[in-house]
Amino acid sequence: MDATALDVAHLLAGGMVLISFLLLYQDRMFALLNVFALHAIVLAASVAWQAHIQNAPHLYVPAAIALILKGIIIPVALHRVVIRLGIHRTIETVGGIGPTMLLGMGLVALSMVVMLRAAATADPLAREDLAFALSVLLLGLLMMVTRRNAVSQIVGFMSLENGLILAATGAKGMPLVVEISVAFSVLVAFIVIGVFLFRIRERFDSVDVQALDVYRGEQR
Amino acid sequence: MTPLAVALWSIPALLCAPMLAATAPRWSAATRRTYGACFALCFIVLVAAFVHLVGARNTAASLHLPIGLPWIGAHFRLDGLSAFFLVVVNLGAAGASLFAIGYGEHEESPGRVLPFYPAFLAGMNLVVLADDAFTFLVSWEFMSLSSWALVVAHHKDPDNRRAGFIYIMMASFGTLALLLAFGLLAGGSGGYSFTEMRGTTAALPGLVLLLVLLGAGSKAGLVPLHVWLPLAHPAAPSHVSALMSGVMTKVAVYGFIRIVFDLNGPPAWWWSVVVIPLAGITCVLGVLSALMQHDLKRLLAYHTVENIGIIFIGLGLALAFSAHKMPAAAALALTAALLHVFNHSLFKSLLFFGAGAVLASTRERDMEHLGGLIHRMPLTAFTFLTGCVAISALPPLNGFVSEWLTFQAILLSPDVPSWGIKLLVPAVGAMLALSAALAAACFVKAFGVTFLGRARTGAAQTAQEADRFSLAAMFGAAALCLLVGILPGVAIDVLAPAVEGLVGARMPSQSTISWLSIVPVAESRSSYNGLLVFVFITMSTLVAIEIIHRFASRAVRRGPAWDCGFPEPSPATQYTADSFAQPIRRVFGEVVFMARERVDMPAPGNAQPARMTVTQRDPVWDAIYSPISGATSVAADKLGYLQFLTIRQYLSLVFVALVVLLFVLMLVMLVWT
Amino acid sequence: MDLILELIPQGAQMILVLALAPLLLGYTRKVKARLLRRRGPPLLQPYRDLLRLIRKEAVLAENASWLFRSGPYMIFSATWVAAALVPTFATGLYASWTADLIAIAALLGSARFFLGLVGMDIGTSFGGIGSSREMMFASLAEPAMIMIAFTLALLAGSTQLSYIAQFMLTHSSLRVSLGLALAALVIVALAENARIPVDNPATHLELTMVHEAMVLEYSGRHLAVLEFAAALKLLLYLSLIGCIFVPWGLAPAGSSLTGYAVGLATYVGKLAVGGFLLVLLETSIAKMRVFRVPDFLGIALMLGLLAMLLLFVSRSF
Repeated sequence: MDATALDVAHLLAGGMVLISFLLLYQDRMFALLNVFALHAIVLAASVAWQAHIQNAPHLYVPAAIALILKGIIIPVALHRVVIRLGIHRTIETVGGIGPTMLLGMGLVALSMVVMLRAAATADPLAREDLAFALSVLLLGLLMMVTRRNAVSQIVGFMSLENGLILAATGAKGMPLVVEISVAFSVLVAFIVIGVFLFRIRERFDSVDVQALDVYRGEQR
Repeated sequence: MTPLAVALWSIPALLCAPMLAATAPRWSAATRRTYGACFALCFIVLVAAFVHLVGARNTAASLHLPIGLPWIGAHFRLDGLSAFFLVVVNLGAAGASLFAIGYGEHEESPGRVLPFYPAFLAGMNLVVLADDAFTFLVSWEFMSLSSWALVVAHHKDPDNRRAGFIYIMMASFGTLALLLAFGLLAGGSGGYSFTEMRGTTAALPGLVLLLVLLGAGSKAGLVPLHVWLPLAHPAAPSHVSALMSGVMTKVAVYGFIRIVFDLNGPPAWWWSVVVIPLAGITCVLGVLSALMQHDLKRLLAYHTVENIGIIFIGLGLALAFSAHKMPAAAALALTAALLHVFNHSLFKSLLFFGAGAVLASTRERDMEHLGGLIHRMPLTAFTFLTGCVAISALPPLNGFVSEWLTFQAILLSPDVPSWGIKLLVPAVGAMLALSAALAAACFVKAFGVTFLGRARTGAAQTAQEADRFSLAAMFGAAALCLLVGILPGVAIDVLAPAVEGLVGARMPSQSTISWLSIVPVAESRSSYNGLLVFVFITMSTLVAIEIIHRFASRAVRRGPAWDCGFPEPSPATQYTADSFAQPIRRVFGEVVFMARERVDMPAPGNAQPARMTVTQRDPVWDAIYSPISGATSVAADKLGYLQFLTIRQYLSLVFVALVVLLFVLMLVMLVWT
Repeated sequence: MDLILELIPQGAQMILVLALAPLLLGYTRKVKARLLRRRGPPLLQPYRDLLRLIRKEAVLAENASWLFRSGPYMIFSATWVAAALVPTFATGLYASWTADLIAIAALLGSARFFLGLVGMDIGTSFGGIGSSREMMFASLAEPAMIMIAFTLALLAGSTQLSYIAQFMLTHSSLRVSLGLALAALVIVALAENARIPVDNPATHLELTMVHEAMVLEYSGRHLAVLEFAAALKLLLYLSLIGCIFVPWGLAPAGSSLTGYAVGLATYVGKLAVGGFLLVLLETSIAKMRVFRVPDFLGIALMLGLLAMLLLFVSRSF
């Protein structure tokens, strides 16, 4: 493998971290979905590039899945959901964008240190790719905990899952079966959550997850 | 006479200076004589120290006087570091004395200022010269107490009394910490002279560092020990404020450098991990607090906190490089810190002189009552503007050079193998850059609200230009700011002996580089030329003016302000200091100071005025000092019970104490033998 | 004689930036108009505007001070010197070692400092609002710029733009931190030049205006000088992005005349492409509320910090 090939892989992984930050920053519903679609497209490109440089044609399948499912179908579907629910307004965030971003920076630093020290013997580029994947994962989690809106929580969850796929493809191939099952699990999760959203909506006339707390007796 | 002898003789001479005042017929004559004598003495010491710094190339002169404690005496020593700080102290002192020859006329109670002012100067000189722990601590305390007397000179104002109380508390606390640090340094053998301390390694060097951070840090104004500073510095008369902010904080920095770099042995890797984040927080919190002020002198005092942070970033980096055996990089970081010490003493004195001139002329410190002073006090405005540009770290003045060197030192730190440093330094670099940008915002506000726009009160409308002595002091400081800004290489070379004595290396010699550029590491890495930048800017300004005036129009017509067609005659419609800071308060203040804005809008039809209330809290005060003071009051209440006991109860207390002590002694003996 | 020969390209660059700055402004306006399906003013219109302004008499407010009259020239010369120090068509010009990237950012800071001051000089509320908001933007944009400088310095081992450009030419590779730095630099450039998501260069008499509010009281030659400085700043940022991220075509020190000609041609090409992309971005997004801008600039700061952090942790990013 020549250096340029690795550089491109690296750049794509770094781009995913960058887009994860953009996801954290977005506070409009449609923009959030567009950025998420971009996230998935970059993931697809990254996986396809890995398939190319590792000579592993089976990896083109997850790339295609990422592109079609997460890059097109899910964003379009969520788009419709948002319109049907009528929640295309500003997302409330917990604690403001600035502190959230700072926290995100801290998480990236953390994953860098953990990965670079934990796998000190591995190839440096592979380590750094893993560190990026861990960052994407942590940023997805951060997004899930800082958002109150169920739709943006779903987006956070799926960006987290993108991080998992990034990690798996970077580490010299992952069995196709696992990949497909992961993809389907997301689809299932999406359907479940989608149905669930409408249920919440029917019951409480809001998709704000905090509304549920009242029914658990946890009034804030 | 050697420079050390000159410096030492100046101290009794300074202490005798108030006698000149006693012989004077009137207060004004007394003021002039005292400050004139101080100016002359400080100038002589300044020359002597400079000669030593340039001429002696870091050879130390020392002297042992049989005064003080009988079996120790008093040791004094003049090496590169103390010569440099002697220059800083006496340059600031000479400037302040010159300023005060004119400014002192406006003093309401000269009898409360004149005796203590020379004593304060003598105290600062002694600290820098001291070469044993006893002399150091006595001079340190002398400096604290004389400056305290100056802070409470205007004791009728309750704010000043409170400032004085908090100052004396923090000063005592700081001295206690230093006392303990020296105790650890002296160790079991009890060698209290610095020479002996250099020879032995301290028992717990890490604890010494923490104690010095508390002791010297509280004097210098490191967050969270800075709370006294913005109260005490503005309370003193302005020339004393200039000394306290510009010089006394530097004496504290000297104490830190002397103990940590010189006496405490080789640094451990974690020292910098303690110092650097503290310094970064000091920077940002200092400048943000300054932005929230509308009292001109308090704003300047908070800025001192910020600049102390910048200095300590340099010192922390120097510690990190020294700990990892990178002497060249350590020399760069330490040079940056020392150069900033010098620069800050210059422009902070200059700015306090300007604030003093405004105060003397209008009796106002509150910016919201000033405005338009550039018309009434054009010369003061010009020098104050120079100081503002310098402190905002803008080229081609001197503040930029030392910040630029600090940035260059930061860029060398990825080579440090410690992970703590690798993660901390980028964050601190961002904090330093943020505080530089916020400082510029702050001084646009300070200069814009005070000197520009229209006069907000009658006092500002009838202000008079400052007297010639004050102007001489301000122009001198401004000229030095420019000189150091365009010839930084010379300043770096002068500093080299002081740096070399501490970290064992120096920056490459700058005076041989063509065109007087400065090149910290290598020319392919970075270079800066203040002289050429200055010449370029001046030339292109002149070219632009010449071309436009010669080939186009030079006609000017005066008319009413345009203001989009709705000029409002009342000066109250101008942007005030608070409204200028409002966007920044909204961006940063809501997180840092928990700033909240509330607008009380009367109902439609109600003719009452709407009110906007802004509340802010000081996070440091809330988190640290309020609990301490609360706990102290509670403890005092509880202990108050001890005041009303019977004789028998008192006796039993004494008895119990005695028995407990004996018991402890017994335990200690059991454990140790 | 050698000195003079070396000074010629430097002098040429100083005149080149002056000559091209209004043209770039006219070009962006023209392209923008075409994108909006308007005909737009001619390319040379900014030159005509400047000429018209400097010929007019200057009207000063009654309480304008000496700072108000001298400020525009200081702002102009600081910007001009900064623009002359960024490599445009050639690297290693005679004065290029006078100031590195940090110093160039600080020179722009000086210009901004005086612009903020002159905005407050007349004591009108528009001037105050402009200055206060400009300083708020700057308090985030300037540290972001320093972070970008740090990132480049850590990669190239230098803060000198000529050396950075040479490094990029010889060691060109795709790097994550470079991508982050580019994104940050674009955001900073948009904010510093009062371009659309931050401020609207075409607006006047609008409460959200920032740059225009500060220069509201100016007229005649003073206004011309300030407008010229703004045009120079736009040129400076495009040259900066060009010389760092697309350094191809830059003539190295001591090139032949042909080398300089090639450098010049590619430079003009880069400006044309950069200006077009800028306008494309501007026409496709809307202006932000003022208090959204700190978030936007905060992104630039975060990206710069992230890029620097990556380089600190491992040199291979």
